[in-house]
Order: sequence, then structure tokens, then C-alpha cells
Amino acid sequence: MSIAWGSLLVVAVVSLGVGVAVVALVAFALVGLSARVASPVGRPHHRPPLGRGAGTTVAGLCLTAAVLTVGYGLYLILA
Amino acid sequence: MVALAHGTNDAQKTMGVITLTLITAGVLAPDSGPPLWVTLSAGSAIALGTYLGGWRIIRTLGNRVSEIQTPQGFAAETTSAAVILTSSHLGFALSTTHVTTGAIFGAVAGRRLASVRWGVAGQMVLGWLLTLPAAAVVGGVAAWLSNTGTAGTIVAVVAVGIGAGIYAASRRRPVTADNVNDTPAPLPVPARV
Repeated sequence: MSIAWGSLLVVAVVSLGVGVAVVALVAFALVGLSARVASPVGRPHHRPPLGRGAGTTVAGLCLTAAVLTVGYGLYLILA
Repeated sequence: MVALAHGTNDAQKTMGVITLTLITAGVLAPDSGPPLWVTLSAGSAIALGTYLGGWRIIRTLGNRVSEIQTPQGFAAETTSAAVILTSSHLGFALSTTHVTTGAIFGAVAGRRLASVRWGVAGQMVLGWLLTLPAAAVVGGVAAWLSNTGTAGTIVAVVAVGIGAGIYAASRRRPVTADNVNDTPAPLPVPARV
């Protein structure tokens, strides 16, 4: 019995990279979107780390990057 | 994404078995791929099964393993989809259940190791270990029955009846969309004398 260790390593590395990248991008996008709220519920004196415009930009960039990453992966599978 | 990944990996197994059966029966040429009706029926069956649910499994993975919060759920789903899609692309057949369960355990343990109910994990692993020989035995018995005549038919009818009874017993306390998130009642603590 031969085991394709190389392919298994590819699965591990790609899954780790894509999983961490997509989760991190969506998390950053949520941080950016949360900056649009002036005072979060339950934290009236909290100042968001980003301005509204910067938060929206960060959220848009991160979500676009996440969509492109997933889309490229699907393209590789379907093509 | 996990449902899509599930279809790319698990539907192929069903299609492969049906196509191999058709080839060995002489219906298809040895080098032919799965016919369109095989693809459509396998895909439809997987979609129907996903739609019908398995609410007990949802409750076990969502409530009994640990209390999953939204970030852990998202991380587990993303990881599962990435692993299954990558494996499908490279030709590895794997179990969606195993991958998803492992991802949920990892995501929950990453938040707080002590929050995982390892007893439930042990029960699941035991079930997985038993599944392989049990499926082999059932497959062997089914193959043997298919070569017998009336006796095999009677045994098959009795087996179907037993299966229906087990299904009816599982319906006495059904898990549905209405109660899938109900937290199980804590076990009674014995009084100290």
C-alpha cells in the first residue's frame, strides 16, 4: 500500500492557509463594519479603532479578498 | 460551502458504485463514465437528504459536543469546506462527517479546551470504529442473501421490518427544527449523606 504523503501535505497546507485566511479576512471585515456604529450596544463610551470611512473601506477590501480567495479556489476545482 | 463540498466528495462515491455495477453487468462499456441519470439521481438524493435534515446529528454537534458560538461555527465551517474541497480536487475520498466533527472539536477546543465534552467525543469515535466492520457484515449478508431464493427474500423482509421498528422507536422523541437548540437537562446530582 502506498500513501500519497505529498498530496496529503498539500491538502493540509492549503486547508490551513485558506481556512485561516478566510476566517481572518471576515473577522477584519467585521471589525471594519463595527466601526460604522457610533456607540455599540452596552458600551456607550467605546470609541471604535477606525473612523467610519476607514472601517467601510477595510470591510470592503477584506470581504472582496475573501470572495476572490473562495472564488479562485472554486475556479481551480471546476476548471 | 460545506454542502457544496459535501456534494463534490460524497456524491462521487455513490456515482462510482452505481457506474461500476452497470459496467460489471455489461450495461456500460468498461471505459465509460457515469451516465447523466446516475449523476442527476445521486445529486438529487444528496440534496434531498441534506434538506430532510438529521436533526439529531445537528443537536449532537451543535449542543452536546460543546456550546458553539458564532465565531467557532464559522471557523469550523470554513475549515471543513477547505479540507473537503482540496481533497476532492486531489482525488481523495473522505468522510464529510469526520472532517466536520474534527473541525468543530478543534474550533471549540481553540476557544476553551475544558468546554469540550470529551465523553461525547469518545462515543462518536466508538461509533465510527464500529461502523466499518458493521457495514462490512451487512454488505456480506446482503450479498449472500441476493444469491438465495425465497429464504433470502423472507430474511430481507424481516430485516426491513426491524429497520422500520427502529425508525418508529426513534420517532417517539423526535428532534425537529423547533427543539434542536433546547439545552439538555443537567443530570441529577446524587444527594450526599
